[in-house]
Amino acid sequence: MAIAQDVAGFQSQALTGGRSLRQIVWARLRRDRLAMVCLIILIAYYTMAIFGPFVLALIGLDPYKLDPAAISDLGGQPKLPWGGISAQHILGVEWGTGRDIFAQLTYGLRISLVIATSATAITVAIGTVVGIIAGYTGGWTDALIGRFMDLILAFPFLLIVLALSAVLTQRLTDLGVPDGNPSRITYLILVLSVFGWPYLARIVRGQVISLREREFVEAAVAMGAGKRRILFTEILPNLWAPILVYATLTLPAYIGFEAALSFLGVGVLPPETTFGAMLANSVTYFVVVPTYLFIPGTVLVILVVSFNLLGDALRDALDPKAVR
Amino acid sequence: MIAYLVRRVAGMFILLFLISVAVFFLFNLLPGDPARLTCGKACTPVVVEQNRKRLGYDKPPVEQYLIFVKGIFFGRVFSESSPVPVVCNAPCLGYSYTRHQQVLSLIQKAAPVTFFLAIGAFLLWIFAGLSLGIVAALNRGRWVDRLIMGISLIGYSLPSFFIGLVLLFFVVIKWQFLPYPNYISPFENPVQFFQTMLLPWIVLATLTAAFYMRLTRNQVLEVFGDDYVRTARAKGLPERTVVVKHALRAGLTPIVTAAGLDLAYLLGGAIISENIFSLPGLGALAVNSVVQSDLPLITGITLLTATIIIFANLIVDLLYAVVDPRVRIT
Repeated sequence: MAIAQDVAGFQSQALTGGRSLRQIVWARLRRDRLAMVCLIILIAYYTMAIFGPFVLALIGLDPYKLDPAAISDLGGQPKLPWGGISAQHILGVEWGTGRDIFAQLTYGLRISLVIATSATAITVAIGTVVGIIAGYTGGWTDALIGRFMDLILAFPFLLIVLALSAVLTQRLTDLGVPDGNPSRITYLILVLSVFGWPYLARIVRGQVISLREREFVEAAVAMGAGKRRILFTEILPNLWAPILVYATLTLPAYIGFEAALSFLGVGVLPPETTFGAMLANSVTYFVVVPTYLFIPGTVLVILVVSFNLLGDALRDALDPKAVR
Repeated sequence: MIAYLVRRVAGMFILLFLISVAVFFLFNLLPGDPARLTCGKACTPVVVEQNRKRLGYDKPPVEQYLIFVKGIFFGRVFSESSPVPVVCNAPCLGYSYTRHQQVLSLIQKAAPVTFFLAIGAFLLWIFAGLSLGIVAALNRGRWVDRLIMGISLIGYSLPSFFIGLVLLFFVVIKWQFLPYPNYISPFENPVQFFQTMLLPWIVLATLTAAFYMRLTRNQVLEVFGDDYVRTARAKGLPERTVVVKHALRAGLTPIVTAAGLDLAYLLGGAIISENIFSLPGLGALAVNSVVQSDLPLITGITLLTATIIIFANLIVDLLYAVVDPRVRIT
C-alpha cells in the first residue's frame, strides 16, 4: 500500500514537472473517474437544454400540445399506469391535459439552466470586482463595502425574494422587459445575483489582501503601473482557482434555489414550467401517480449532485495540499 | 474589550437603522399604490382615498417612516378620527388591514411554531452533524469516512422541498407510519406534536447537518495537525484524552458558535418546511402575507427576522471570543 502510494506520488511528480497550473489541474481531474462521469453528465444536461427542444420539434413532441387520447375523459387521469408511460410518451403525461412530461422536462431544464448559469455569471462578476477593490484599496472603501455586504447578508433571503417578486417583476415589465415569463426569469436572475455576490466578494477580498503584499505587485507598483492594470492584469489571474471552485458550487445552489422559488410559486407561469413548478404540481396527484414526484425530482437531484461532486473534485485538484 | 463591545453595538444599531430604512422603503414605496392594496376587488375610489388617509399613505415617505419608527418605540394609534380607533402599544410593528389585526399579535401567534421547529431541527443537525463529522475524521480515508462524506454530499444536494415531499409520500401516505401533519401545541398534546414535527425537523435539519458533517470533519482533521495536539500525545496522554479534551474542544468551538448564526437564519427560513407540512408558523404567515399583498405584515416579519440575524451575529462574535482563548479582541 505504502509503496503503491509512493509510486503514485512519484508518477504525479513526473506528471506535474514543467507544466502550467491549468495542465496540472486538468491532469489530476482526468484521473478522477467520478469527476469525469459528472462532467459528462453535465455536458449531457447542457446539450439537452440547448439542442433538446429542436430535436423534440423534429420528432414531433411539443410540451404544450394537449393529448386527450392519453387521458381518461372523466377526471383526466392518465389511462396507462405509471403516469401514462408509453412508447409515445416515455416519461408519461400530465394529469388533465395529456401534455408530454419528457418534453416539459427538457424545456424546464433549459429555463432552470438559463437562470442558474446567468445568475452565477453575474454573481461571479460582481463578487470578483467588488472583492478585488475592497481587498486592494483597504481603509474606508473596504469598511464601507464590508458594512454594505453585512446589510445584504442580514436580509432573510427567501422571504425578501418572495415579498419583492410581484412588485419588481412589474417594475421590470415597465422598464421594457417583455411581460410574463421573460420578466419573471429576469427577476430571478437579478435577485439571485444581488443576494449572492457578497459571499464570493468576501473570499476574493481575503485572497487579495494577502496577494497585494507580494513582490510581483510591488514590482508593478514600482514600475508605475496604473491601478486598473495592477488589479485586473496582475492580481486577477491569481484568483481564478477560488473563483472557479466557488462558481461550480454556486451554480447547483442556484438551481436548487430556483426550484424552491418555483415550488413556492414565484417562478415561471404555466404553460411553461421548471423542476420546482412540476414538483409543486405533483403534490395534488402524487398519491395516485407517484412518478410526477419522482421523475422531475430524480432529474433535478442528478443535476445538482453532479455539479457538487465536480466542484469538490475541482477543489481537490486545485489544492496542492490535498491528500485523498 | 469594552471599547470593542461599544463599537460593535454601535455598528449593530447603525445596521438595524439601515435595514429598517431599506425594508420600509422597499416594501412601502415600490408598489404603485399601497392604499389600493388595502381592499380587494370591490374597491371604490372613495374607499381607497379613505384608507389612504386612515393609514397615513397620503403623507410624504420620510414622514411615514418616522411615524413607523416612532410606533416601534412609543406605540401609535390607527384611525384616530374614526369612532373606533385602534391603539397599538409599543413595540408597534403596524396594523394589518387585510386581517384586521395588529402585526405584532399575528407574529406572536405564529412565532412559537417556528421556534419549536427551529429548535428541534437545530438539536438534530448539531447532533448528527458533529457526531458523524467526528466519526469520519477519526476514520479518515476508510470506508466509514467515505460513506459519511457521501451521505453529506447527497444531503446538501437534495432540495429540501423534494426531501419533504418524498418523506410525506412514503412515511405519511404510503406506509402510514405517521398521521397527516396537524399542528398542535406541545403543551396540549405532546404526542401529536411530535408526530407532526418529526418530518419537518428532519427536512429542515438535513441541509445544515450535511454541511456540518464536512465542517466538523475538516476542523477536527486540521486540529489533529496542530502542535498542541502533538504535544499532548508526546506527553503520553491516552489517545482518548487527546481526542476529547484537546483536539475536539478546540476544534469544535468555532462550529458550535457558528451554529448560533445558522439558527438565526433558520428562524426566518423555515418557509419551505412550513409550507409542505402546513405548519402555521412565521414562514407560512410570511408567504400568506405576500400572496395577500399585506404590506405591513411583510414589513414586520422581514424586519423582525433581520433583527434576529443581526443580534445573532453579534452574540456569535462575542461568544467566539469568550470560548476560544486564542481569539483576542482589540
